[in-house]
Parts: sequence; C-alpha cells; structure tokens
Amino acid sequence: MKKSGGLLIVILVLAIVGPWLSPHDYLSTNFDSIFKSPNLSDGHLFGTDDLGRDLFVRSMLGVRVTLLVAIVASLVSLIIGVTYGAVAGLIGGRVDAVMMRFVDTLYALPFIFLVILLMVAFERNFLLIFVAIGAINWLDMARIVRGQTLSLRERDFVDAARLAGAGTARIIFRHIAPNLLGIVAVYLTLTIPQAILVESFLSFLGLGIQEPQTSLGALVSVGVNQIEGASWVLLIPAALLALMLMSFNFLGDALRDFFDARQAS
Amino acid sequence: MSLLAVSNLSVRYGDDAVVDGVSFSVGRGECVGLVGESGAGKTQAALSLLGLLPKNANITGNIVFDGIELANKSNKQLDPIRAMRVGMVFQDPMLALNPYLRVGKQLRQILLQHEMATGDDADRRVVEMLERVGLPDAGRQFRAYPHELSGGMRQRVMIASALICEPDLLIADEPTTALDVTVQAQILDLLEALRDETALLLITHDLGIVAGRCERLLVFNAGKLVESGATTSVFAAPESAHTKKLLAAALRVDRGEIPRPVSAKTVLAVESASVSYRDNSRQQLYAVRDVSLSLREAETLAIVGESGSGKSSLVRAVLGLIPMGAGRAVYAGEPLEGSVQSRAASQRRDLQLVFQNPAGALNPQMRVATLVGEPLLIHKPGLSAERRNERIVKILEKVGLDESYLRRFPHQLSGGQAQRVAIARALILQPKILICDEAVAALDGSVREQVLALLRKVQSESGLSTIFISHDLAVVRSISHRVAVMYLGRLIEVADTASLFSTPRHPYTKALLDASPIPDPLIAPVTAPLVGEVPSLVSPPSGCVFHPRCRFAEEACRSDRPQPRALGSALVACHKANEFTL
Amino acid sequence: MLRYALLRLLGAIPTLLLVIVLAFLMVHAAPGGPFDAERVLPSDVAANIEAAYHIDESLARQFMRYMSGLARGDMGPSYRYRDYTVAELIGSGLPLSLQIGTLAMALALLVGVSAGSVAALKQNSMLDRIVMSFAMTGISIPVFVVAPVLVLLLAVKMHVLPAGWSGTAGAAKFVLPVVTLALPQIAYIARLTRASMIDVLGSDFIRTARAQGLGTRTLIRVHALKPAMLPVLSYMGPAIAAILTGSVVVEEVFSIPGLGQFFVRGALNRDYTLVLGIVIFYATLIISLNLVVDILYATIDPRVRRR
Repeated sequence: MKKSGGLLIVILVLAIVGPWLSPHDYLSTNFDSIFKSPNLSDGHLFGTDDLGRDLFVRSMLGVRVTLLVAIVASLVSLIIGVTYGAVAGLIGGRVDAVMMRFVDTLYALPFIFLVILLMVAFERNFLLIFVAIGAINWLDMARIVRGQTLSLRERDFVDAARLAGAGTARIIFRHIAPNLLGIVAVYLTLTIPQAILVESFLSFLGLGIQEPQTSLGALVSVGVNQIEGASWVLLIPAALLALMLMSFNFLGDALRDFFDARQAS
Repeated sequence: MSLLAVSNLSVRYGDDAVVDGVSFSVGRGECVGLVGESGAGKTQAALSLLGLLPKNANITGNIVFDGIELANKSNKQLDPIRAMRVGMVFQDPMLALNPYLRVGKQLRQILLQHEMATGDDADRRVVEMLERVGLPDAGRQFRAYPHELSGGMRQRVMIASALICEPDLLIADEPTTALDVTVQAQILDLLEALRDETALLLITHDLGIVAGRCERLLVFNAGKLVESGATTSVFAAPESAHTKKLLAAALRVDRGEIPRPVSAKTVLAVESASVSYRDNSRQQLYAVRDVSLSLREAETLAIVGESGSGKSSLVRAVLGLIPMGAGRAVYAGEPLEGSVQSRAASQRRDLQLVFQNPAGALNPQMRVATLVGEPLLIHKPGLSAERRNERIVKILEKVGLDESYLRRFPHQLSGGQAQRVAIARALILQPKILICDEAVAALDGSVREQVLALLRKVQSESGLSTIFISHDLAVVRSISHRVAVMYLGRLIEVADTASLFSTPRHPYTKALLDASPIPDPLIAPVTAPLVGEVPSLVSPPSGCVFHPRCRFAEEACRSDRPQPRALGSALVACHKANEFTL
Repeated sequence: MLRYALLRLLGAIPTLLLVIVLAFLMVHAAPGGPFDAERVLPSDVAANIEAAYHIDESLARQFMRYMSGLARGDMGPSYRYRDYTVAELIGSGLPLSLQIGTLAMALALLVGVSAGSVAALKQNSMLDRIVMSFAMTGISIPVFVVAPVLVLLLAVKMHVLPAGWSGTAGAAKFVLPVVTLALPQIAYIARLTRASMIDVLGSDFIRTARAQGLGTRTLIRVHALKPAMLPVLSYMGPAIAAILTGSVVVEEVFSIPGLGQFFVRGALNRDYTLVLGIVIFYATLIISLNLVVDILYATIDPRVRRR
C-alpha cells in the first residue's frame, strides 16, 4: 500500500512541477531536433517526438490531463453512484426494484461504443469526456452502495437507533453513512484506473484529447507509429500509464483487503 | 486398548495455543461428551483429529486411532480413515452441505470414493441410508438440493453422510445447536439409535445434552482439559473450579427458584395483534395472528416458542419497528400507533429493546460513550455535555462497567460486555418497559447468569416491566413471572411460571418442556416428544395449527380453530385441554 | 427453467430497444449534418444527397424508417463507402473479427482458469506470487500498450512473428492479435478464479468433503469447481464486451480488416450510418451473449432458478 501510494505521489509531484522546471515547453516544435533519444545534456530527459517537442514535458502534461480526466470522471461517478445507490437502498421495496432494474438494463449496454458514438457526434468535446466516462463508471458504485445500504438498513443497530429516537436524517448520516465510507473509498480507488483506461483508449483512437493538448493515451498512439525508429516515444508514456494504473490497482486491492479484514473482525 | 488415544495434543496459531496439551481417550462403542464454553478449543481439537485444520495450524502431540498415528499426516494418508473409520457431523448443515449438489450425489460420492459400491448399487445404498435417518420419501429426496430441505432434514442427511460407511468413531460437533429444541431431541435420538457399535464423541456447550447420554465427560476451558471422568461423578462431585462454575450456571427446567407472580395493574396490553408480510412470490404470510397479551407493572413476561413462532415479530410490531397488520397495543391507556419514528416522545422513551446479538446492535463506528449517550442526546438535547457524561458513567456503573470503557469501540468488547453496553443504552432514558429479544441466547452460561442477575436487579430497583423472549425454557423459568407460549404465529398458552412448568396445559407446552435437556445424569433423557417440524408459514395447517404434530388431535382440531380459554389460572388454546392430563 | 429463460429473453428486448433509441438519437442530435466536413456543395446537390439518405424527413419518420429497415436486416447505405450498404460492410468484417475474438476468449478462459486455480491451490507459494504479479500487470496494461510493445519485441526486434496482417499467410499472423486481445482477460479471469477458488475451498462444505475422505482431485472436481466457476461465468458478459472493445484497438494496430477497423475508420470519418449500424450490432451481440450467460448460470446454481 505504501509503495503504490508513494509512487503515485512521486508521479503526481513530477507532473505538477516537472514541466515548470524543464527548460522546454509542450508546444514548441523544433525540426532540427526531432526524435532525439533521451539524454540529459540538452534537457530532453525523455527525448523528443516527431515534431521535435520535448517528450518529458509532454508526458508530464499527459499525466496531468489523464489524471484530471480520471479523477473528475470518478468524482462524477462517485456522486451519481452513491446518490443513486443510497436512495435505492434506503427507500427499498418497489422503488429499489425499479431503480435496480434500470441499472441492470444499463449494464447490458455496450457503453464504450455509445461513448464513441457520442464523441463522433459531438466532435471530441473535452467536457464530454468527463461526462461520458463518469456515466459508464457510476453503475458499479451504485450497485455496491445500494447493496451495502440495504444490508446496513437491516442491521440491528439501525433499529436500535430508531428506538433511541433517532430521526431519518440522523440514521442516514450518523449510522449508515459512516459505515459506507470504507467501501466507497475502495471503489473510488478502483474506479480511477477504470476511468484512466477509458480516457486513454478514446485518446488512443484519436477520439479523446486533441492536439496540441495531449494525454497518455494520445502519446501512446503517436508512439505506436514510431516503434521501429524511436521506440522511447512509445515506451515512456506507455510505462507511465502502466505504472499509474498498477499503482491505483494495488492501492485499491490493499484498501479492500484492509476493510474486508476489519469487517471480518 | 482404547479406540482413540490423544496424548499431549496442542494446536497453535503462531504463539497462540487454542488447544494446549490435551490428553484423552475414547473406547470402542463408548459415548464421550466434550463440553466447554465458546472459545474453549473444542472444535479445534475435534478438527485436528481428522487433519481438518487450516494449513497455518501447528499441531503437536499424538493422535492414535486404532493403532494408527493421525497427527500431522497428509490428506492422502488420512483419506482412507475419513468416513470409513471416523465419521464427522458438523454444526450447521446449511453450510456443511454443498448447496450446488443434490444430496444423493453428495452421499453417493462417499461410497464411490471408498469403493463401497458402484453404479445403481451405490444409489440404492444411499436411498436406504436416507430412509434409515428418517427422510420421508427418500427416493425423491435423493434428488433434492440442501436448500429444499428443512433444517432437521438437512442434519439427518449430514448424519447419513457420516454413518454411511459404518465408521468405528463418530465425531459430532454441536450437531443440534442450529436446530429447534423439539427437533434437537429427534436428532439426538437418531444419533443414539443409529450409532450402534460406533463410538461417539459428542461436542457441545450444553451440559443438558451430554448429561443423560454420555458415559464419560471431558471439560475444556481455554484450550486445556480441566476435568474428565464418568458423567455421574463429574456432575456429582466436580473437581475443577471451572466445572463447578459451569454446573452452577446450568439452568434446568425441572427445578430451581421461580419468581413469584406479581399482581399489579396492566401497563401494556396487546389486543388481537396480527403481523403479516409478503414473501418473494407476493403471497401474504402471517407471522403473528390474533394474539392478545398483557404485561403488568414490574413483571417479567416471557414469550417462548421455536423458530417461526412469531415471538420476535410480535414485539417488533409493538415497538413500531414493523407495521402491525391488525389489532393494537395499548400503553398507559394510549394506543401505540404507527412506526416508532411517528410516535410521541414519551412513548418512544418508555419502550426499549435489547437485541439478541449485541455486536450487531451497536454501531461499529461509534464509541461506547456515544452509543450509550445517543438516546439522551436525542431526547434531552438541552442537557449539557457534562451532565450527559455523568449520566452515561452512572448507567455504565449500574450495568457493571467502569469509565475505562467509555472510549472503546464495540469490537473491543467481549460478548457479555457488549450486551451490558446495549442494556445501558436501553436503560439510560429510564424506560418503563424493557423488551429483551433472546438477549442472553448468544452468551455462555456464566456470562448469561451475570446478565440475568443484572436484569433482576434493575427490575427490583426501578420497577421495570420486562418482556423476555427466549427459546430456552430453563432460562425462562429462572427469570419470568409469567410465560406465554407461541406456535406458528398463534398464542398457545399463557400461565404463571410455576403452574406452567408444573402442570402444562397445552400438549405443545408439554412437548417443549419434555424436549428441553436437563443437565442431570440421574434423569434419563426423554425421547423426542414430537415428530416432524414446524410447518411453513406459507401453508399453515387448518384448524388448530398444532394438530399435525399433536397426538391428541381429533376431527375438531383439524377443522376448528381453538380460542384461548381460561383453565385454572391459565389461558389455553386447545379444544381438549380439559380432557387429558399431561 | 424454460420459464426463467423466457423471462430473461423478454427482459433483454427493452434493453436492446433502449440502445437503438439512444444511439439513433445521439447521431441525429449531432451538431451539423454528416456532410459538413466536405467542401461546400451546391445546394441542389446537397438536397439530392439529403433526400437519398432521407435526412429531410422528421426525426420520428426517420426512426420508423430505420427500425423497419433494421427488421429486414437493412441498416441503410454507408455515408463514406458509397457503393456499400452498412450490412454488407458488417458482413465483410465480421468473420475475421469473430475468429479472432472467439480464439482470444477461448485462450483467456483456458489460461486464466488454469493459472487462477493453480495459484489458489498453491496459495502464498512462489508460483502463486508469480501468477498474481503477472495478473496484476495484465489488468494494468491496456491492450493498446500491449499490442505495440509485443510487436516491438516479437516482430521488430526478434522477428519471430509477423507484425502486420496483409501479405502474411498462415496461422502465424493470428498469434499476436489473439494473444494481445486475450492477455488482459487472462489476467482478470486468473484473479477472479483464484479469489473464488480460495473462497470456495475455505467454505464449510469443502471441509465436510475433506472429512469424507474424498481426496483433493475428487473434491475439486465434484465439490469445488462448479461454485468456483460461477463468478467467472458472471464475468463472461463484461469479458465479451471487453474483447469487442479490445478488438477495435487490435485491428487498428495490426491493420486487420475486421469489424473493429471499420468502426474506428467510420468514427474518425464520421460515417454515421456505419457507426450506428456497428454499435447496434455490437449491442445485440453483447445482450444476447449476456442472456446465454445468465441462463447458463441458472442451470448451474439451483438457487437462482426459483427467483
């Protein structure tokens, strides 16, 4: 847990301060220095790309954009998912049945293709990426929160609180919500890598972030065409992407084990 | 030479010894009882005998079965012994049987594995075995999945699986703990009848079960064997302090002090209450039907019954936790209406509940101080933090917990401590009525006795009226002034405790008493008084709901529903209660 | 059982309808017409094109027209590949995609389930740790990274496998795309199998079976396999969707003329009818395979059927 968390912090700090420390910027093209391999002497830490732009700064920018999209999208899915799931779980009965039937229906939708369709129709709108990714990922969160709420609602301590005189608001915010936090934290951690995957997938296909802005997916897609000559153009952003995904997944797994163990005790 | 000889057996997890240097033996055909409270290491010891502990368990010592060493042997070496020579029955057959496999196939596999039979022959032997354990229509039940059987039937299948290869030793780990008392008696009878020449190691926390059945006793405490000997001598003259404590805490249905009835005005009256709900297939089921009861001031009224009797549903409806379908409850002259949240503050304050499982009834995220103080915070928001704290400390003191518990979380409490906290929380508003729903069922004997004493003390100090729900008649006898017996949602009998235990009027009450094990080796265990199990609420029997299991049932019982009527000081819902003596 | 299957079938129809309506609306809510990207056409030419594609009609009429076409398997003409209908394009790309997808799924199940089971049986051993590290890497590296890296390693550097599609004959050209597509699913399935196998092996009924002396092999075959495979079976729905998604990338990277490539090209060229048609086709495929999985699940778990 510590290692993956630490790695994430290092990447985050680099992404924030890296471009600021580098002598280069992400936009300037320099046709005298295209496909320079990584070296320290001229400050091109990660080399340059097909337009002679500094790959370190572009990679860090890519990390920023990818993380930003993923975190915002995860928060969107967190808000929708938790609200939807909690409402279904708290009201229960028929309302819950109908709400969950709707979620089941959405589950069967091939969302990623609908998102692509959306991107095609609305011309790779940056904002739309958040919404689209958030719209895919809230389903899991809703299901988990709903299940947990439903089971918490049936627990004796909720009845005990009602008998103690607690009103609905107190029961929800003092008794149910605190017991949901753990599982929500776990799934938020696991939603972020999902969102990263979707964003980078769209950008890789050229349907996400557009030039001259960039994201890790977009950088990988540029790199794919250079594998024979300048493999670092592919390998560096690909490695960054994989490292980030792995760190989030490890962190999520560790958190889940932690909360599972606490629940079991 | 004994069949099983265990010497210096220890089971450790890391540095933790859950079984600590235990030596005992079981002779051929002998019935040995292994008793102890939860956490005493009984199950761990039993599992170690057949090499069933998880890999991280460190086992030392010797387990010699019929001359063969079993300790620390591989599965391959143990497999020919398992089932063939030593059979095992586990506690909860719902979990111990594979839910994805038809029961016949599970049994058949044992025969195939040990090359006892093949093909149709194996099927025939399985059906035969299912018949022997008393499965009705065994040919058809062969194809049933475990979830399609009742609890008692599942345990019969479990026993069939343990005995199908006719082993020399049967280990039964709490084989009846998950079952109702009338079914428990049947299962114990069955074990006794079927085991024949098979030795039996019977593991239980209930001294009543071993008393009349086992020749010898082993008493475990905290991983150690603290006493062993002939059952009669252990009961008559226990040597270890722990055994004495266990015996002192063992309540019995046939003797002991009975609280004298109180005559005072009624504080709570339940009038023709019904509770119904809809099941998954939207069918209306009645958990409680047409029940009338009254609770007097400073009285403890027990409600007893097996699973499905509706005792919990009744009090939950009275408390407003679930809706009451018909009828009403009247408290202090005012009807209790609607859900608990819609009731007047005074009504909410005056009726409190203590749950069966204290761990579940305390919010795991709150500290003891918050938990106990919450009712006060809600009902007396004007109270200063200091005053509130004073009252929290005072009430904790009353239930026997000092200030050091204030900052603890529920998971840092033992079962008994947690139940004390739950009781403190229920009492802090000084309610008039305390409802205890199986409040001591999850506690070990000695802790149970302390909690019961606490309840008695509170009642004598503050004149609290108590409804005490329990399935355990021995506990009921020791705490309640009056007893109401329920069966399948109906009220069967209400009487003063003394008269109910000495002269039960309803055949079902009599059966419950007979089926309750008595921790006394000098009293022969009664054979199961009832056949069959409690019917499903989906299709309750016509007429008297008890008639399918009643040996006195006549035509009238099948067609007409008996209304509770006065018989002596008791109320009895039985057509024929005045015609027979039980 | 039949009743259950029929109920599930009835439940799938609204889902499919929802997809079609959503997809249709999205395309038609797009700002600007489908031909905007091209140079400005004389107005009469534009009108002709619009009439040919029924763009001048009301949305409701267009939808009805589209639905009745769908019912006959007609998804209209492609906007870009002028000489082809969408149905023809799908028909031409499908066999190849189907082949690669099925192979990848089979490989994922075979390797994933075996690796996961072995890891579970040897829990906390070196082997377990190696398998799980691979699985963690597998779920963390997206297909579009795996594909080029494998090409770089195996084709460009080591020359053991062909990098491209066209011009190479034989089965060798299938290896990289299928493996790439299968890798993340192998990882997921291995993790899932391990977790559920450990869960099942720790359950009381397995202890009962042990106490009956069944022996590890019989115990796993008779008692553990079925319940341990249920979560994997549930995952088949998402796995199918993931394989379809992955195939889009794989076909792009390896230049395979399959359905996925049509889809990406269509999306980039804003070939509305083609993209719409493929989305609806994918949706139908996913929904019907999900249906099959559900029914399969019910046949294995006796407790589901009653619900």
